[in-house]
Amino acid sequence: MKKIEDLLRHHPFVEGLGEEIVSLIAGCAKNVVYQENEYMFREGESSDFFYLIRQGTVALEMFIPGKGPHTFLTAKNGEIVGSAWLIPPYRWTYDARAVELTRAIAFECKCLRDKCEADNHAGYELMKRFIPPLLERLQMAQLQTADMYGEGKA
Amino acid sequence: MSKTTAKPEHATDAPSSATPMTPTFLRVGRSIRETANVVTIEIPVRGQENQAQPVAFEPGQFNMLYAFGVGEVPISMSGDPAAKDRIVHTIRGVGAVSEALAALQPNDTVGVRGPFGSSWPANEAAGSDVLVIAGGLGLAPLRPALYHLIKHRERYGRVALLYGTRHPDDLLFREELDAWRRAPDLQVRVTVDHASLDWIGDVGVVTKLLPKIRFDPIDTVAMICGPEVMMRMTALALEDVGVSAERIFVSLERNMKCAVGLCGHCQFGPHFVCKDGAIFRFDRIRDILNVREI
Repeated sequence: MKKIEDLLRHHPFVEGLGEEIVSLIAGCAKNVVYQENEYMFREGESSDFFYLIRQGTVALEMFIPGKGPHTFLTAKNGEIVGSAWLIPPYRWTYDARAVELTRAIAFECKCLRDKCEADNHAGYELMKRFIPPLLERLQMAQLQTADMYGEGKA
Repeated sequence: MSKTTAKPEHATDAPSSATPMTPTFLRVGRSIRETANVVTIEIPVRGQENQAQPVAFEPGQFNMLYAFGVGEVPISMSGDPAAKDRIVHTIRGVGAVSEALAALQPNDTVGVRGPFGSSWPANEAAGSDVLVIAGGLGLAPLRPALYHLIKHRERYGRVALLYGTRHPDDLLFREELDAWRRAPDLQVRVTVDHASLDWIGDVGVVTKLLPKIRFDPIDTVAMICGPEVMMRMTALALEDVGVSAERIFVSLERNMKCAVGLCGHCQFGPHFVCKDGAIFRFDRIRDILNVREI
């Protein structure tokens, strides 16, 4: 059976990360599997974990009364799900549903935050890996908000 | 790539207008509803009262379509360039003219001038990987290029279609999309801006698909058509991964009237979009794209 460090080393998130940091964060990680249509977390719940997707697809959804679940983003192999663990009040602002059988590495957030506080270098290295996808998602949200495929005039 | 946007080689072939400013009146053969407000019309060339000539066009070119008593707008060819017996256009009804065109029924008459404009570098891309990147209705002007790439598949390296649109209900050419997805030598990725539970594909913007396909950035030609902001972002994302701006082509849309570079309505910096475009090499227009109020 593969150790969590081995699984981590195959994920793009840890690319270029020193062995000592991989070992450090592996202590907060566990392997998880979600079946098709199983929810990983729901809006409003405490964000106790964040996830590195190893295999599968996760739909990030908002529930719109009268319309039902509305997917605004999908995350796939190699991507990160969850940034609410970084900033208080550590609460999910959307639902995450496995669209298909999904394997991920789940990080216990309190454990990771404590380690980042104790080891600022490790914390900085992790932040450098969290910020790019956050910026990418912000840019995507800008484009989606602009409704760029909307109608012109002719 | 030294050659830029190829000039239309067949501009005098079709339809049988006496001059580029005179429309030929043709009857619609078929109307196919693609989505709630997008329609594809097929105009057969044979059997028309006015003996129209076979249609020859380059992928990426457009016609000026005239709706009687309403007006005229540029609409890209969306059919197979090898099918010279018909003219195919895909139209979204969003204004007076395009709504009138989208409402055309079999046997209704439409005025046609063209084809006009530059073309996708389908022939020049031979030997390279090719990325066809469409946003929304932008798949329609790219479809002729896709037909060409598929028909001459052996001439190219890896070929990919990346297609982003607002919602699964807005997807164009669904049956063909499914067929293209099944093709073993074509990478097809589709993403939407938002979806409901029954959608199992990607959700997110089209640039998010780039890391998921295989291509050699150094030897790739990219053809992009969609909203300008989408094309700009996609071109920049391609440059970020190493695709040179000289090998990225985008299709611009401006207010065209004459379609032959005389009236100046579509002037875009030093270019006339109707005559010098609508397909442009990205490095030639990148700076102008950033100029506001142009």
